Amino acid sequence: MSTNFKYWEPYISPFDPCPPIRVKVYSTPPNLYMTFQPTGMRQYKTAKEALQHGTLWPELFSPYPDSPKRGELDG
Amino acid sequence: MWYYEKKLQYPVKVTECNPMLAKFLIEQYGGADGELSAALRYLNQRYTIPDKVIGLLTDIGTEEFAHLEMIATMVYKLTKDASPEQMKAAGLGAHYASHERALYYENAGGSPWTATYITAKGDPIADLYEDIAAEEKARATYQWIINLSDDPDLNDSLKFLREREIIHSLRFQEAVEILKEERDSKKIY
Repeated sequence: MSTNFKYWEPYISPFDPCPPIRVKVYSTPPNLYMTFQPTGMRQYKTAKEALQHGTLWPELFSPYPDSPKRGELDG
Repeated sequence: MWYYEKKLQYPVKVTECNPMLAKFLIEQYGGADGELSAALRYLNQRYTIPDKVIGLLTDIGTEEFAHLEMIATMVYKLTKDASPEQMKAAGLGAHYASHERALYYENAGGSPWTATYITAKGDPIADLYEDIAAEEKARATYQWIINLSDDPDLNDSLKFLREREIIHSLRFQEAVEILKEERDSKKIY
């Protein structure tokens, strides 16, 4: 399955005025990988769970924000 | 920085003095989906996009300026010897009153170019999708102008520019694919 976030390391100049954010993050939600939704995809078990996620299908759910362990915060 | 070559990317020839065609063409000069918007949009997005696609934005943004120069040449040739009466008859009376025969960054309706034509969302996927949409809209604009034009020499140049929009759209779609790649699953061989 596709990952919801990708990471990249921008160029860090020795003359950058602010402390560098070494790893930057951007979203790649599941819709990017699904040109046309296939039929019969697995659904959430309860209607309440689906409502909370905003979709019937776990495969289409995109978490946000990313876990704080990676991405902009850890530098 | 840039180096300048004193020639057009593709030759521009205009068969007849036709200021009305200039009025339509100015859409690609200072319109929402015109070449100025395209160049500024791409060159501005370069700074905050992942480094793998910065070069593409530089190259295409630079080419858009070459296109802008072609459009400018067309508009100039179509209007340079037009009389004030001809300008008025072509719907360029208001333009003449304000600018005489000078070119101006405005759309076919005479509204000046505005930075609201371009976006920089900061999200790489959103920005590249914007670029793809812009290329398709520019392609469509070229089609509508070709439909309005009966100048075969001018249409030759416009068909070249329309084709470039198609190639640019594909390149931006490839950039999206690059940004979608799973880095860990890339170690295939």
